Parts: sequence; structure tokens; C-alpha cells
Amino acid sequence: MEPVGPYTLLCLERGGLESGRPGQFFMLEAPGRLLPRPMSLCLAPPGELAFLVEPIGPGTRALCALTPGDAIHVLGPLGNGFDLDVERPLLVAGGIGIAPMPYLREALGGAPAILGFRSELHAEAACLLPDAEVVVEPELVTDLLGEDPGDVLACGPEPMLEAVRRAVPGAQLAWEAPMACGYGACFGCVVELEGRYARLCVEGPVLR
Amino acid sequence: MSVPILNASGCLDALVAPDVARTLDAFVTKTVTLLPREGNPPPRIAEVEHGMLNSIGLQNPGIDAFVSEALPALAELGVPLWVSVGGFSAREYAHVCERLDECEDVTTIELNLSCPNVEEAAETAAEITRAARAATSKPLYAKLSPATWDLAALARAVAEAGADGLSLVNTIRGLALDPATGRPVLARGAGGYSGPALLPIAAACIHACAHAVDLPIVGMGGVASGADAAMLVAAGASAIAIGTALFADPLAAERIRAELASAVGTPPAADRDSRSLSQASSA
Repeated sequence: MEPVGPYTLLCLERGGLESGRPGQFFMLEAPGRLLPRPMSLCLAPPGELAFLVEPIGPGTRALCALTPGDAIHVLGPLGNGFDLDVERPLLVAGGIGIAPMPYLREALGGAPAILGFRSELHAEAACLLPDAEVVVEPELVTDLLGEDPGDVLACGPEPMLEAVRRAVPGAQLAWEAPMACGYGACFGCVVELEGRYARLCVEGPVLR
Repeated sequence: MSVPILNASGCLDALVAPDVARTLDAFVTKTVTLLPREGNPPPRIAEVEHGMLNSIGLQNPGIDAFVSEALPALAELGVPLWVSVGGFSAREYAHVCERLDECEDVTTIELNLSCPNVEEAAETAAEITRAARAATSKPLYAKLSPATWDLAALARAVAEAGADGLSLVNTIRGLALDPATGRPVLARGAGGYSGPALLPIAAACIHACAHAVDLPIVGMGGVASGADAAMLVAAGASAIAIGTALFADPLAAERIRAELASAVGTPPAADRDSRSLSQASSA
């Protein structure tokens, strides 16, 4: 457990789980809650899986309140991650959307990054991605995209992802949605995709 | 104690998670309707205290695509297949049942007479059951709502209309409001409430129906452990379905089966001669 600005970096022993592809997610048991919570992998140090958690509700608060030695059920990796076959990667993240970026940058062998946060406190999480360009609201990540940003891989709140998609059609975007199961069972996490409702846990969470 | 364990309809996609489906004694499909349905807009789910709400809205590909695309793949799982059928009139239910009657791989049809997330069918449960009965010779299970004033009377009516069994219970309607805005959390407003809070409600419904009709009952509603399953068996269920518990634990069926097998002693089956409790509760 490690505080990172207002977030908590939750480090779990990996056990028999694979770390998966960056952008994939795991369902983490939230102690005392009925349903697990979906979290994308932040870092995969040897023997560990690390998740960045923002305590915004009862489930994420329960996860942030875990203490060393506690055990939770973990299911994953799940869903479709980022396509790593890109020529000029640029990582773009907003707020807790920074979560999958450290693992993604490692898998890409390095990449420039633009990070946006809503306050200086939240921006302390930029330490997870040294050398990134950092903006704090009212400045926006899209202000820094420029004319030819390259192959954008982004994660963040919906309005940010919509703005990135408008600026860079074809960007790889990691979305989030409330999920009950994470493995296609509940049909709860749908997003509108080409005029139909697609389960984000099955067809995403990374979509183009 | 050995009791068949199924999934509750709409709580597992066997084609996405075949290994989970193979832990079941029978797989129950998500409800299939005559025409394709996109379902309700998101947000569709919300965790609440002691349970969760869902408002999926019967998203499904419709009977034509189900029979031509999903069914052949489901048949390859090697798990007995129950198909849940929904509709908006007795005729629609009958059409869908007629199509399924021709499908060898379908072992049982469950009539979803109680989805809380779509407008009520115009006809009564008994009329729908009668129409479905005329359309198929396959075993027909009627899935009823716990929000029924006299469930025993409804059970008698669907039994008389030709149901071969009962599935008890569906979710019960609930509403979650965002404390900050006072607005519903789910896009459609209310949703179906499921999870642990449903267990004693399911037990009461099963107990009442087991005394009212001589039909096998698939018990469901908040089952998350062997002890929960044993309680519904004691109330009168002969099989158990798992719903919400599968979301948090894909291996819930295996775990519950093991917990049931290792339970000390066997709880008594519902005593059908002792009617005092059901009479007292409906007085």
C-alpha cells in the first residue's frame, strides 16, 4: 500500500495470475462489498501486480483500506488491452486514467506521455510516469496534442476520451463502466458501439 | 446432499465463459424474445446495500439469430440446455416456443413471466403458459415474480395451464437514487433487485408454492453458499439456480456444490402435510 497523491497504489502478490496485456483489467474483491471492482493493471514488478485505486466509493475505499497481509480474490486478466504494434506511441491520460500507463509504457519500451489532472494534489501521481508533460485544469491534455500527435493510446474520463477521439480519430481509447462480473455474464457494462450496445468487458475496455 | 445447480437466466454467457457453464448441471440462457432487442441504455447496474440493481432490458439477438447462431455453439458445450423465453403477448411466447420445440438440443423452456425491466405482458401468466403449452411438448418452467400478492394462487393457475415446473424467484423491483442529485442511478430508473436480500423472500415464495402445487421447483434468489442452497431446498426446491453470486465468483456453483455435499445431516424436505405456516402467512 503506497499513497500516490490522493490515490493508493495497491500491491498484491501475483500468485498464479498472468499480468496480461496493458489495458486489460482484473476484478478485485472489495472487502465487505457484494461485487468486485474492475481495475487495470498499473505495474507488474516480479511476483506482484500493482493497481492504482482512487477512493471514490464504498468499494474503492475498502480496497484502499486494505492492510499488508490481507488477502482478496482477484480474477483476470480480462478484456482486450492496447494494441502494442504502433510506430510513434503517445500516451495520454486524465486523472485516474494514468492507472494503466506505467505498465503500458514499460511494454512499449518507453513512450512520451501527456497527463492531465484536476488539481496539483492529483498531479502528484505523475511521479508514476517520469518525464511526462503534465497539465492541471483548466489546461487540458488536448491542448498539447499538436498537429501530428502520432499513435495515441489514451485513458481517462469520458469527456477527455471523446475530445481525444475528435482530435485523433483512430486513437486507442481505454474506457470504463460499472461492471458486476467483468467476464461477459451480466450485460451491465455496455457502451454504444456502431449503433449497438457492446459489453465493454468483452469487446473493450480498449476500443478504437 | 446432492442438488442440481443451474445458473439464473441472464447471469452467465456460456459462449464467453464455457468453463463456467460446464460447472453447472444445466445452463439457462439469457431470455430470448421473438425480435432482437438492444436492451436499455447504461448505466444498467448499481451495487446497493445487501444486493444490486440491474436494468438490462432483455438484450438478446431474437429467436431467429438465437436458433441459427447461438444454439449450435451452445449445444457443443455438452451441458443440458434450458432456454428462457420472454415476450410481450401470449402469441409472441407461443411463436418462440414453437421454434424451440423443433430444436433437439433444447431440453427445457423457462417462461420468463416476471422481468421487472420491461413493460408487463398484456396477458396473464396463465394465459401465456397455456399458449406456450400448446406450442411445445418440451418441459415448461414458469418463472414467477416474488412481487405477487398471492403467489400460491398464481402457481396453481400456471400448473393448471400446463406448466411442468416453477422457477422461483425473479428479481424484485428496486430503485437507487444518487444522494447528491436525487436522480435514479440507473438510466431507466428502477431495476431488478437481486443478491443476498432476496434469500428469505425466495424461501417464502418457494415454501408457499411447494404447499400449493405438486411441481418441481428451481429455487433461486440470493443463494451464495451451501447453507443458502440448503435453506431453499428445505423450503421445497428440488434444484438451485445461482445468479448474482456468479458475478463475484465464477466458480460459485462448484463451491456451493461442495459445501452442500459436506453439510452434516440432510435438512428435511418441505413437509407438504403441514400447511399451518403458509395459511398463517397468507391470513
